[in-house]
Amino acid sequence: MLTLDGLVIQQGDFRLTADFTVPTGDRVAVLGPSGGGKSTLLGAIAGFIRPTRGRILWNGEVLNDKPPGQRPVSILFQENNLFPHMTAEHNIGLGLKPDLKLSESERAQVNAALIRVGLDGLGKRKPAALSGGQQSRVALARMLLRGKPLVLLDEPFAALGPALKNEMLDLVNDLAKETGATVLMVTHNPEDAHRFAPQTILVAEGAALPPQDTDALFANPPKALSQYLGNPNADE
Amino acid sequence: MKISIFAAGMSVVASMATAQTPVLTVYTYDSFVSDWGPGPAVEKAFEATCDCDLQFVGTGDGAALLARLRLEGPRGPADIALGLDTNQTAAAAETGLFAPLSQPRPALDLPVDWNDPLFQPFDWGYFAFVYDRTKLTNPPANFRELADSNLKIIIEDPRSSTPGLGLLLWVKKAYGDDASSIWSGLADNIVTVTKGWSEAYGLFLEGEADMVLSYSTSPAYHLIAEQDDSKAAARFDEGHYMQIEVAGKLASSDVPELADQFLAFMASDAFQNLIPTTNWMYPAKLPADGLPDGFSTLIKPETALIYSPEQAAAIRNKALSEWQNALSE
Amino acid sequence: MAKRALGINPSTLIGWLSVALVLVLTLGTLLAVFGRAEGASSIGPSDWVAVRFTLLQAGLSAAISVILAVPLARALARRRFMGRGLLIALMGAPFILPVIVAVLGLLAVFGRNGIASTVLVWAGFDPISIYGLGGVLLAHVFFNLPLATRLILQGWLAIPAERFRLAAELGFSCRAVARHLERPMLRAVLPGAFMVVFLICMTSFAVVLVLGGGPRATTVELAIYQAFRFDFDLSKAAQLAGIQFTLGALATVVALRVSAPMSAGSGLDRVVMRWDSSAIWLRVQDSIIMLAAALFLLAPLAAILVAGTGQVFRLPPQVWLSAERSLLVAMAAMTLTVLFSLTMALNVVRLRHRRRLSMTIEAIGYLTLAASPLVIGTGLFILLFPIANPVALALPVTAIVNAVMSLPFALRILKPAIMEVEQTYGSLADSLGLRGTARLRLLILPRIRGPLGFAAGLAAALSMGDLGVIALFAGPDQATLPMQLYRLMSAYRMAEAAGAALLLLILSFALFWMFDKGGRMNADT
Repeated sequence: MLTLDGLVIQQGDFRLTADFTVPTGDRVAVLGPSGGGKSTLLGAIAGFIRPTRGRILWNGEVLNDKPPGQRPVSILFQENNLFPHMTAEHNIGLGLKPDLKLSESERAQVNAALIRVGLDGLGKRKPAALSGGQQSRVALARMLLRGKPLVLLDEPFAALGPALKNEMLDLVNDLAKETGATVLMVTHNPEDAHRFAPQTILVAEGAALPPQDTDALFANPPKALSQYLGNPNADE
Repeated sequence: MKISIFAAGMSVVASMATAQTPVLTVYTYDSFVSDWGPGPAVEKAFEATCDCDLQFVGTGDGAALLARLRLEGPRGPADIALGLDTNQTAAAAETGLFAPLSQPRPALDLPVDWNDPLFQPFDWGYFAFVYDRTKLTNPPANFRELADSNLKIIIEDPRSSTPGLGLLLWVKKAYGDDASSIWSGLADNIVTVTKGWSEAYGLFLEGEADMVLSYSTSPAYHLIAEQDDSKAAARFDEGHYMQIEVAGKLASSDVPELADQFLAFMASDAFQNLIPTTNWMYPAKLPADGLPDGFSTLIKPETALIYSPEQAAAIRNKALSEWQNALSE
Repeated sequence: MAKRALGINPSTLIGWLSVALVLVLTLGTLLAVFGRAEGASSIGPSDWVAVRFTLLQAGLSAAISVILAVPLARALARRRFMGRGLLIALMGAPFILPVIVAVLGLLAVFGRNGIASTVLVWAGFDPISIYGLGGVLLAHVFFNLPLATRLILQGWLAIPAERFRLAAELGFSCRAVARHLERPMLRAVLPGAFMVVFLICMTSFAVVLVLGGGPRATTVELAIYQAFRFDFDLSKAAQLAGIQFTLGALATVVALRVSAPMSAGSGLDRVVMRWDSSAIWLRVQDSIIMLAAALFLLAPLAAILVAGTGQVFRLPPQVWLSAERSLLVAMAAMTLTVLFSLTMALNVVRLRHRRRLSMTIEAIGYLTLAASPLVIGTGLFILLFPIANPVALALPVTAIVNAVMSLPFALRILKPAIMEVEQTYGSLADSLGLRGTARLRLLILPRIRGPLGFAAGLAAALSMGDLGVIALFAGPDQATLPMQLYRLMSAYRMAEAAGAALLLLILSFALFWMFDKGGRMNADT
């Protein structure tokens, strides 16, 4: 269970507050206007942004002082999710051991992860020799191997076409179910939220609101959301 | 117990080792110890007679030698300093680092009297402007003629080089209070002023000037080593300033007898024979065989000019500012 | 695990030790010299004249180098032709040449008896006289034009290709491209390039003395020399060195503040596709500029080649031995430079959010640019003499001092490269827990191979040609190649010296080429 306890992030004029919990295993969309603080919220949970006040807890354990790599978190960014000078295998292997000194069984795990995401035989390729979708699959395979209980997606598939993006979201969905991971996914597309996330955190006007039922939220959007959506009725 | 016996044994062995081959450390300028200078042959010849280990230490150029001794002070390892000239000996004596020479002193063949209690000459030469006879048929006979000519010359900076300082004192000795006007007259002849002799002579050989400040013995190198008789030194009728290169014994030496032995060796034929064709200077004591053939063709100045060490030390700052002012106008 | 997180990792520690080493070698040696002074003396009016001349010649040298480098860099950035890579590499050669070798090469072209004068005389004009301020500037431009060009060229290549595409899409003329794309870049890049060249010329000594034409051209470095050698006035030498540091520090601070961060050292092989510069007259213009620069920079090298070729294989064995010694020193210095600059750059980047601290570390790294080699050598001697035999330490000390002298260049090359890696991949590495040695090995080193090779090559070559402190320390059997070159010259053996000069040129350039190329081979993007 992720708990944001009286969280305040102050960066110059910008301020974001959050005070809620996300139950283990939930899949949650993080929705809101650009510049509203969606990435900031994920950055704080992942450990890249230091909160001004309040605590971030996972299953009761305070994460505030832990460096990003030691948090129970996997995060995928908008870009630069792979090291271009490493093969797909190595990029995935980093998820097991950051120094890449892999044992035989760990190498087998990497191979299994490659097969699981549908990249059998492509392990020796470097990112430049892979398509955009394949690159995303490599990042997801690494996420799978890391097995962290909390997965943060900061629009990693934004550059993919709609069909490919849906394919990836479905893959994330499957993987999350297999590992029982809790997933927070930034999006500004309501359809993605519908498709993927039963729950939605609305980030607007300096506050991240507690997760609400996605369908109910869109059925009866608060003012901030309807302004963001422009024409809420057309969407329904 | 065993350990202390072992340690005692070690120290005996160590002292025996030093007793067997005492080390004589000689500080000198770099070109003396180079493979093309007198150093290697001197080392071989002296070690054949002394049953010791002669170690040369190159300290950079001539001016650096004294600076090095002053930096190290009395705790330094040097036994002998070889390669100071008379423009430095006053300052060197003032440091109190040098011990008086032992008596009796070897007889020398210098154009001037020598009775310095601390330093013994090993070679000497005249500063002179060297030119190419095939290109310059009628060289100037004195500084005034040079100043009035259109000839281009390269000189060394007195602040960084021994010949440069020598030229400064040459003009001062020859012209006294008129030195300033000589320098003003020379200003348009001077192509450039280099850091040291090597750069100046190199530029001259590249054809950058008609004449270069060097030594009256420089043509002997080209004649003897290259069979090239085109280089000559211009004979100036004011006389030529001398450079006398000397060696002295450090008071802090732990092998003073050996140091005395080296200074005596320095006046021997074995040492002096090496000087003309390795250091390209005149030997301080003429060897029995005389000078090599080429040396007879060199100019013989009428007057040997030189300041005493004390005079040189007293006058050099004034001479330097005259030089700087005249050439900065 | 928690303990490791708190403990200092080796690279951080070496980075701090490097900072300490630089401080000891610069300010420490200065203090040592000052402490050894007998009696205090003060700076006189002639010293201030020297300061003024130093600033004048360094300022003019830097301005001319940078101004000439702009059209040259532009031509190189937008033209593709056979041998372009080789031209860029060869043009770097003057920078790594020992001064005396380069000066003799320059004189073979521009001297009274040089090619240019010969042509002029043949055409009925007077020969050139390059001695004086003009000669100093000519030599400094010769040395630093390649460096300035390289720095500015990197600025050009750092403009994203998309912007040139956008400019083409909007139908920008060449002039509009200059105004909207190139001028803002130059505004960011030129101050840094200017300051680097300025600092290099400020401590230039041998060039000024050989070509300066007389005591009018007295620099601070020469005044230091005089204080040491002529007057043995250590107090004055230290004060003058202090003035030089102050000027250098001011210039460095200005440079760090004015210049915009940019990536350096990588991707020079890239040619920016341009749509605005295909006009015939622009092509002709670029060709003329590149040809003129190549002639200016390569003709003196050719002269060294011609003078030395017949001699190289007849060089006595001692010269080859000293060449071997120099190679060893150069390799050691290169290794140390890489170690120092890499760890310092990592610390600078790691502490980038503490701006003042990180800028201070970086500025300390540039300190040796303003240091007087004579003060470093003498100070080091004073510090070492009571505890060790300086002669026995000659070669290691030379390697360390050479390493620190190359540090500013290496730091300037590596810092932006590491910064870029951290900005692009730092978050990913953090999230994966990639830290310490693994981060260095798996992320940073593979991604800065190009700049690292460039820095290593530069350090090795600079050390190869350096005469520096070795002359103060070396025993008879420890001569390096530049020292042996001087020994040959002082023994009248100018022809053999020309051979040694060519050998030095070849070895320096080969070292640079090897590492620079090695860094780029199979480099991944």
